[in-house]
Amino acid sequence: MNMFKDAGHLFRVAVVFGVIGLAFLGIRVLLVPKSFGQYGHYRGNAMTEMAARPVNFAGHQACEDCHADVLEKKKSGKHVHVNCEACHGPLAKHVDDPGSVTPAKLDTAVLCVRCHEANIAKPKGFPQVASVDHSSGVPCDTCHQPHSPVIDGGEK
Amino acid sequence: MPGVEGFMYPNEVELQWSVLIVLYPFLTGLVAGAFILASLERVFQVEAVKPTYRLALLTALAFLLVAPLPLQLHLGHPERSYEMYLTPHRSSAMAMFGFVYLWYLMGVLLLEIWLDYRRDIVLLSQSTTGWKRLIYRLMTLGSNNITKHALELDDRLGWVITLIGIPSAFLLHGYVGFIFGSVKANPWWSSPLMPVVFIFSAIVSGIAVVMLLYMLLSWARKETIDMRCVDTVARYLFYTFIIDFSLEMLDLIHRIYEADESFRSLDFMVHTKLYMSHIVVQIILGTVTPIALLALTQVLNLGEMARKRIYALAGCLTLVGIFAMRWNVVIGGQLFSKSFLGYTTYKMGLATREGLFVAIALTILPLLILWVLTKLLPPWPEKDSDLSPDAAPAH
Amino acid sequence: MSITRRHMLLILPAAAIAWKYVLAGAPDAAPNYKMSEHWWGMLIDLPNCIGCGNCVRACQVENDVPDEYFRTWVERYHVSDYDIENPQVDSPDGGKKGFPSGKAEGGKNFFVPKLCNHCADSPCTQVCPVGATFISPDGVVLVDKTYCLGCRYCVQACPYGCRFINPKTSTAEKCTLCYHRITKGLTTACCEACPTGARQLADLKNPNDPIHEFLKTHDVQVLKPYMATHAKVFYNDLDGSVR
Repeated sequence: MNMFKDAGHLFRVAVVFGVIGLAFLGIRVLLVPKSFGQYGHYRGNAMTEMAARPVNFAGHQACEDCHADVLEKKKSGKHVHVNCEACHGPLAKHVDDPGSVTPAKLDTAVLCVRCHEANIAKPKGFPQVASVDHSSGVPCDTCHQPHSPVIDGGEK
Repeated sequence: MPGVEGFMYPNEVELQWSVLIVLYPFLTGLVAGAFILASLERVFQVEAVKPTYRLALLTALAFLLVAPLPLQLHLGHPERSYEMYLTPHRSSAMAMFGFVYLWYLMGVLLLEIWLDYRRDIVLLSQSTTGWKRLIYRLMTLGSNNITKHALELDDRLGWVITLIGIPSAFLLHGYVGFIFGSVKANPWWSSPLMPVVFIFSAIVSGIAVVMLLYMLLSWARKETIDMRCVDTVARYLFYTFIIDFSLEMLDLIHRIYEADESFRSLDFMVHTKLYMSHIVVQIILGTVTPIALLALTQVLNLGEMARKRIYALAGCLTLVGIFAMRWNVVIGGQLFSKSFLGYTTYKMGLATREGLFVAIALTILPLLILWVLTKLLPPWPEKDSDLSPDAAPAH
Repeated sequence: MSITRRHMLLILPAAAIAWKYVLAGAPDAAPNYKMSEHWWGMLIDLPNCIGCGNCVRACQVENDVPDEYFRTWVERYHVSDYDIENPQVDSPDGGKKGFPSGKAEGGKNFFVPKLCNHCADSPCTQVCPVGATFISPDGVVLVDKTYCLGCRYCVQACPYGCRFINPKTSTAEKCTLCYHRITKGLTTACCEACPTGARQLADLKNPNDPIHEFLKTHDVQVLKPYMATHAKVFYNDLDGSVR
């Protein structure tokens, strides 16, 4: 056709665009991660990778398997629902190797006030004291047994 | 906490998007605006602005080439940015960037420039020597056909591309407005007006920058400025500015009137932290003053010298004002807490990867590239060669 | 309080299995964990929150959260009388070291723990340009840090301020609902560390999960419901002043 007589240069442009387009499609096949799109618009393997991360807190169930005596004492006290690691910190390493990894001794003077220091925003019914007035710096475990903290024992 | 007033969610204290993200819409705005000015002549037959046609295209190209740089410097992992081409998330406005940019660069701008310059490129590939000759020969793509028929074909195709280019330019910059306007979490940004305001302020800045460059380069080359051209460009700047200003006023009045949950917090922010950049720089210096100056030239019968000076001043103030508008949107949108109970401060680095020096360098770089482009593809007819406008196809 | 006991009975068999894997060192997800059987959320029982900050500290330890950034945090509210639209809020270091006692100023005072709401219609996953953040088939919004570009769009899009950019990895990060724990039958670190049961993991797809009974018998809200994010973190007794 007459119209295409002098259009050689335009075909060259089209070829350049075509080559770039094909190269893009080819590169795409190589570079898109294999598990992409498995469950949605993301890399499916990402979830298994994240799930494989090691834990630091073992969970109270792990503690209770060995420390049944502490569980007994806690069971009837006010701290029954306070999980072990809430105070003792992350102990998965100790659970893995109880012999060589020993949990640190806790300083009750620092630990207990985190929850029990009086604060206007704490729920009214929650046991809280102004530690300065209450014990004037004496460590809490001088009078209180942390696993069953109420003095006079056993009363719910 | 230093720099924080009131309450902010703990993760909100540090700003996420820096001055580079202010610069990016400013640069693409100049691209879109310069292209719209070029299309005035090509599609809408405003023959008076023809002297700026090629310059506008080259300006758009220079700024477009630099536009991805602030984004790359801002990313945590720029080496992964190719993922936007491989697995673009279709629900994300930002994912559009890669394709819109590439389309606009290759399918619109480069193609149009090539088609308009092709005759000159072929002639230069035959008349120059050395490495310059090689560059021109590459640019011909191996075809030396500059017969009348071939050039007519180029002209028609160029017209079609410009026509497609107009909505493409709107898309290139409008999607940036949508990136902000579609964030429901941020009431300073979330608005259907955002893409529209961005586009119109882009056109204003693009027209202003081409007008300034044309006047500057003509003065540098000791050429007489075509006053009919500049008067027309300034007139279109004036009209577009009125529309842009009206849109921004509409947004402001609507906010003040509805006074929703966020209003008190935003209002306080505009009157304190954003006072200088918003009220003084953007509105007074950057919008009202240039509009008033341009209005003067429309209403009064001023001499050529006076008009040139007013255009230059208005053009510069316009660019400052539009940059301030981007600043107020991007930075302003991150200064207040989404709890509406507090404010933070933007600590702009100086010599850091996203700091002031980099921003300044990225603003100067397009001008350097433009200088190279004008040497490679002169946008004005040379007097003593056969590259005169008479020999070029009339459009 | 019986809620916590039932919760314990629930995780007992799963935890027993998980125990084996804990002993093994760095375990994969328990092999009988099927994503399609779960739809995770959380219950925050506000009247029980004492602002001790245990959750914030536990999360930091469990997940290597960098200082000055928070996957979870606690806010303290002070509402004086009827002006619920202008509360005074503070969150010193996210509540990591608890809160100073505060003067007795009357009005209403309470704590609000916050975290990623794992929204079913999350705006953050909507805006990610490459698909680096997503909601898993079991309802947890996660970030693939090997794929994230660090563009920060998701951080901007979250209405709750729960996302941040980790300065070490330069990628987006947030609460993962301890995905590596819940897929092994454990609870999240914050729930494990909470001494009062103010935070409880909830599996909305499990008909035996105590949350279903709880939702029926208590006044429960989500944060910023008008954002229509379909958040899955439910707050018991949420006051109107909470932002």
